[in-house]
Amino acid sequence: MTSAVTIIRPKKVLSWRDFQELWEYRELMYFFVWRDFKVRYKQTIVGVGWAIFQPFMSMVVFSLFFGTLLKIPSDGTPYPIFVYTGLLFWQFFSTALGDTSSVLTSNQSIITKVYFPRLILPFASVATKLVDFAVASTILAGMMVYYGYAPHLTGLFILPLLLLITFMASVGGGLFLAALNVKYRDVRYALPYFMQILMFVTPVIYPASIAGKYSFLLAINPMMGVIQTARATLLGTAPANWFLLSLSFTACLTLLVIGIVYFKKTERYFADVA
Amino acid sequence: MEHVIEVKDLGKKYTINHHRGGYITLRDVLTHIIKSPLRFLKKKAREVAGIDTKEDFWALRHVDFAIEPGEVVGVIGRNGAGKSTLLKILTGITPPTEGEVRMKGRIASLLEVGTGFHPELTGRENIFLNGAILGMTRKEMVKNFDSIVAFAEIEKFLDTPVKYYSSGMYVRLAFSVASHMEPDILLVDEVLAVGDTEFQKKCLGKMEEVTQKQGRTILFVSHNLSAIRRLCKKTILIEKGEVKMFDTTEKVIGHYLSLATHNSTNLFAPTPGKRAQVTKVSIKDKDGELSARLPVDEGFSLDIEFEVSDPTKAVLSVLFYAEGDILLFSSESDKDAQLRDYAPGTYRTTIKIPPNLFNVGMYYFETRFHRPGIELMDIKQNVSFEITDSSDNPRSIVFSGQHSGKLAAVLDYQTEKTS
Repeated sequence: MTSAVTIIRPKKVLSWRDFQELWEYRELMYFFVWRDFKVRYKQTIVGVGWAIFQPFMSMVVFSLFFGTLLKIPSDGTPYPIFVYTGLLFWQFFSTALGDTSSVLTSNQSIITKVYFPRLILPFASVATKLVDFAVASTILAGMMVYYGYAPHLTGLFILPLLLLITFMASVGGGLFLAALNVKYRDVRYALPYFMQILMFVTPVIYPASIAGKYSFLLAINPMMGVIQTARATLLGTAPANWFLLSLSFTACLTLLVIGIVYFKKTERYFADVA
Repeated sequence: MEHVIEVKDLGKKYTINHHRGGYITLRDVLTHIIKSPLRFLKKKAREVAGIDTKEDFWALRHVDFAIEPGEVVGVIGRNGAGKSTLLKILTGITPPTEGEVRMKGRIASLLEVGTGFHPELTGRENIFLNGAILGMTRKEMVKNFDSIVAFAEIEKFLDTPVKYYSSGMYVRLAFSVASHMEPDILLVDEVLAVGDTEFQKKCLGKMEEVTQKQGRTILFVSHNLSAIRRLCKKTILIEKGEVKMFDTTEKVIGHYLSLATHNSTNLFAPTPGKRAQVTKVSIKDKDGELSARLPVDEGFSLDIEFEVSDPTKAVLSVLFYAEGDILLFSSESDKDAQLRDYAPGTYRTTIKIPPNLFNVGMYYFETRFHRPGIELMDIKQNVSFEITDSSDNPRSIVFSGQHSGKLAAVLDYQTEKTS
């Protein structure tokens, strides 16, 4: 890109240059986000409304069956707002992971024809979902007004941290799956099933307290810390569990590092295999 | 450093996988491990111990050359000689296995027109997207926007999704964006093969203008020898992964053409990563015997074998040329020239050539796997055959072997005396 000398040599797995490149190509990353966003909403009739419609309908159905009929406890908050907070973060994570895992195969025609740091693709794909998250959050804001919950100051401060953890988890997991998907094309078929199971072991539609003294087992799942903290701080049901949150943060950071290393290791074959 | 491009001892190794169908599934691997764990362990152990050597294939080896600023250099060679691999390494798409390349200045590559075009987006949106993918900054795109639109002649359709564009418009827009790149080094692969002749001329003109005025260094891979002659002063001939010759274009093309021989069976080493590609072309006479020397008044057939690794929507075309790069006609695999869906697998197409189609002489053809005007997936060129005179051909007797023209069609003449 620059007027400096470009040197092409057999590739090392990971170098500082990779991260510099990521910054140099930020404009292309922006264009990928812009493209995905535009294309997706052009293809549906309801357009951007889709980002609201999806979590909203899930919330209605879950509230009806789990909240009203099964009377699942919800830590003292109304069930709809309880489940929506969980769904908001869960859907960000699950759709981002799903899309990212196929990001290399769906951009195959570009990858085999043009050079750019491949790392920007997974980042762009998760960033697209962040826009969805922002759109869907408006419903939460509406519900908070409706149920009379004033947002807690800690909640607003902690939100970027929660998003960062979710972002790292999706990018990390997505990078790993995306690289795996290049080699084994059936990974993406197994993923939705796996994600569904994962949702039921994450306290999205029920509170973690339901598991009693075994609730610590749920903490293995990094998304649990995020959802628990989101509920605790945004709705003010309990003080933030900093220990749980730092556990999640460390787990997601590890996942991200593993993801990047595995992705970079496989990267050199992409153009040949894809 | 006086050279803009310096290639030193460059090599690229592919490991040949002996299974077909392009990719493997996790399911297959897992069932294999569960069904025969011993065999799996044995194989792994052998691989680790280095007993089980995989078959290696060097697509490029010991490639050395240097290019000076402002030079326009052509790259020619037979199918599978390593031209495209070389370009893919220079662009950074795939890393080399050994060696080194040094390039000075801003690099842009054009391996396909319209890379990253999205059918749902409008012309305007695609200009920006494609520009960004090709490495233009937003400032450059804004500056060149009007010029891009004018060159593509699509003013009226700027806000129409490109899925409604004709293939001509699509290619024009794509090339227009690409031609507004402002790099120091431009790497171009077989992109002129798409698009009609009129447009090809326009593109060649634009490229000439760019090289002469702005002193850009270009590496141009093409099968189109006349385009190479027109644009490039020097040319590299690549054969079996090595630089065979690097000299003035005239000398190199002359040498290249003298190498051409015609075989009744032409095998093409499959390139890893291609979705669809022709692997074998055989020429058979009317009795089904392999032969590349065919009597003018007898029919013959072309057997084209190809491999599809990913579901592909495409059409197989065969373009026939007479000596001197004269395109006689092109013919499509489907009579109604519709794109066809090909599932992964291997295929064979037999094309029957009627008697008295080609006149006595040398001909050659190319096979193309493509979506016309959009994507060229595979091209195999310079498969040649010779049409011979036959002793009992009445025309040869009348014209004493001097029957002129390239085609030998026998037309029905009905003559009656009218007065």
